[in-house]
Amino acid sequence: MGEFINIFIKTAFVENLVLAYFLGMCSYLAVSKTVKTAFGLGLAVIFVLGITMPINWLINTYLLSDTGIFGIDLTFLRFILFIAVIASMVQLVEMVVEKYSPSLYTALGIFLPLITVNCAILGGSLFMVSREYNLTQSVAFGLGGGFGWFLAIIAIAAIREKIRYSNVPPALRGLGMAFILTGLMGIAFMSLMGIDPAAFSGN
Amino acid sequence: MAEATAQDQAVQEKEPLFGKKERKLLTDPLNDNNPITVQVLGICSALAVTSLVYPSIVMSVAVVFVTAFSALFTSLLRNYIPKQVRLIVQLVIIATLVTVVELTLKYLNYPVYKQLSVYIGLIITNCIIMGRLEAFSMGNKPWRSFLDGVGNGVGYGVILIGVAIVRELFGKGTLFAGSPIEMPIIGPTADYWINTTDNWWFGWYANNNLMVLPAAAMFVIGIMIWVQRSYNTKLVDVS
Repeated sequence: MGEFINIFIKTAFVENLVLAYFLGMCSYLAVSKTVKTAFGLGLAVIFVLGITMPINWLINTYLLSDTGIFGIDLTFLRFILFIAVIASMVQLVEMVVEKYSPSLYTALGIFLPLITVNCAILGGSLFMVSREYNLTQSVAFGLGGGFGWFLAIIAIAAIREKIRYSNVPPALRGLGMAFILTGLMGIAFMSLMGIDPAAFSGN
Repeated sequence: MAEATAQDQAVQEKEPLFGKKERKLLTDPLNDNNPITVQVLGICSALAVTSLVYPSIVMSVAVVFVTAFSALFTSLLRNYIPKQVRLIVQLVIIATLVTVVELTLKYLNYPVYKQLSVYIGLIITNCIIMGRLEAFSMGNKPWRSFLDGVGNGVGYGVILIGVAIVRELFGKGTLFAGSPIEMPIIGPTADYWINTTDNWWFGWYANNNLMVLPAAAMFVIGIMIWVQRSYNTKLVDVS
């Protein structure tokens, strides 16, 4: 449990997917104009990241590696299988949400299918492989990464709503300002670097 | 779709290899329709590799290859892909090409492959590629789609390399570090061309460590957008 919390906090704050690795930047910049839509997209990302991460872990360990059920090294199929899992999971989530919670479905709208091409999802799975996490760790990594992404997009959306009233140079308005704000937020998050959550969880 | 077929017929009458329209396809993404600074696509896999010039060049070449050939293949198959499953088909084409790039790079240049790590794989979710396939290749002829792919890949690469030059020069004082033509330009030891320790002109100069950090890429691109929109005022965001 300590390890779970440790990885969760580390990926959510210290190694934030958006602000330290630039993953999921496209939808982060495109959907952060108002807090309401940013909130919906953030929730959907937490959900999809939390689901796809353990599934991709199982696929990578039991299908693709040479100790898996086929007994041969199939890692060259990794990209195709991972992206297929993500695409089908997003489709599945979309159908489930539509059936059981139509209000949430209308709130998320077009952002659900957009998650397929959100680099944070595939990037999370690839990081999980390259860091050799086990199953618990990859669940923690998925949830923590999603939560960090959620925090980042809410923060930038709130700032962008306020900055509309400021006198920004015309050429820098909108996109340019969003980039510079993200850079500043990245520096702010960097002040958390070096914190080792393991020291607090008694691990 | 009707518009696209009408365009196809118009093209069939006369289809020069490098006519005016074809040239426009190549040059448009460099400025007016740049994938990064105007369409805001494909930033995800780009920024983290730009702290050094050499990996950025490798990354740009990889992206140009994938955009060009995925556009070509999608365009060749465009009449056979059912509309409901087109996203999956496109993803499979892209993922196959990216796997080819990844294995080639692993064989040719292992250190750079290690440095780029997951970002080569992330070319798959690079929105430029999906975006251009959806917007252009699904409704246009193969040769034009190929040119559009090359144009967008190059437009992306130009920004990537530009950001990398600024970051490496001011952050580390070198250019092309790690490549055969490494150029140590300015720094505090005798290995550099301009030695700042006992130089009368450059004694004040110190490399800016902020530039090595990921946040600097955001600043550099923000300033690039600012400069571009100051000259190209039709791109200014009015909202």
